[in-house]
Amino acid sequence: MHAHAEAADTAPNWPDDIFATLQRFDVRQVPYVPDAGHSKLIQRVLASSTMRGISLTTEEEGVALLAGAWAGGQRGVLLMQSSGVGNCINMLSLIPILRFPFLTLVTMRGEWGEFNPWQVPMGSTTQGVFELSGVQVLRASNAAEVPAVLEAAASQAYNALTPTAVLLSQRLIGAKVFTK
Amino acid sequence: MSKANLLDRRQVVSTLLANRKDVVAIGGLGASTNDMCAAGDHARNFYLWGGMGGAAMIGLGLALAQPKMPVLVITGDGEMLMGLGSLATIGLQKPSNLSIVVLDNEAYGETGGQTSHTSTAADLVGVARACGIKDACAISTMAEVEAFAKAVHDVSAGPRFANVKIDNASLERILPTRDGTYILNRIRGDLGFQPI
Repeated sequence: MHAHAEAADTAPNWPDDIFATLQRFDVRQVPYVPDAGHSKLIQRVLASSTMRGISLTTEEEGVALLAGAWAGGQRGVLLMQSSGVGNCINMLSLIPILRFPFLTLVTMRGEWGEFNPWQVPMGSTTQGVFELSGVQVLRASNAAEVPAVLEAAASQAYNALTPTAVLLSQRLIGAKVFTK
Repeated sequence: MSKANLLDRRQVVSTLLANRKDVVAIGGLGASTNDMCAAGDHARNFYLWGGMGGAAMIGLGLALAQPKMPVLVITGDGEMLMGLGSLATIGLQKPSNLSIVVLDNEAYGETGGQTSHTSTAADLVGVARACGIKDACAISTMAEVEAFAKAVHDVSAGPRFANVKIDNASLERILPTRDGTYILNRIRGDLGFQPI
């Protein structure tokens, strides 16, 4: 459970903003490893007639999938949480080598009120891992800035082939609440 | 595992691609990508020189984007072992136009011939089948390779998977182009897509 996303009437709208932007950019393949912070967006994708949600066993599969999708003429976006970024590192080398459009949306753990210390090491290095791997990082820290950040990210990823990660901060998503 | 009926990898790959028509072929990192080049360079050859474990997923992305196009992944046992989870992902998506062939010499041939898990333990056909790829078989004759090459063109009956036990002869390296952007854009161009 997330502190900011419990009942339907209080569910956040920013995932709908993301979905609308992805739709406008003609994104067709949406590989994902589930994360609570992405659950609403994943539901929208799975209910969509134009996008295909593709459940992965590990995040690096999604990087390779997007290379194949582009070879076949389709754009995609990879949804994951920060701990999955480390799983991708070697596969990220495909991006500069093949020059396909790469956009990933990463829900952050290990910051802003984190309860679980095991999330902190990877959450703390997520941005650095991307930057060392040649992926530009943009961040959205509150719901109001999500549309503009997504627009910028999708534009530069799909129009300028600039590999881009959007970090959706834990402050935006809400720290995961652990109850006994 | 049985050491009988080991096939010649180059003969297997050239048979798979002999009458390829519109097939897009992806060669996994290692000797498989060289075998594809040895069978003849082609605008629809996706040669991998890296991204180990990613060949089957590149095939899935392509197959989903081009559902009427036969997509054939040709890779080795080591490369497939690194991406075993992708068989579960493919088993879930069930792209009917995707075929995967593993050239299984039970060894990491590029790095000194160290034995791989398929030599004594791992059964890739069993893994593929257990992941939901019903059409999964072990191939030990060239007649079966020829039949599989024909089946690749049936884009309504996949996904299909074949594990081919090959000998571990060390062959002359036939190296394809290493320019990834060229490789990818050549495929896109052949499929009718313009540069951005």
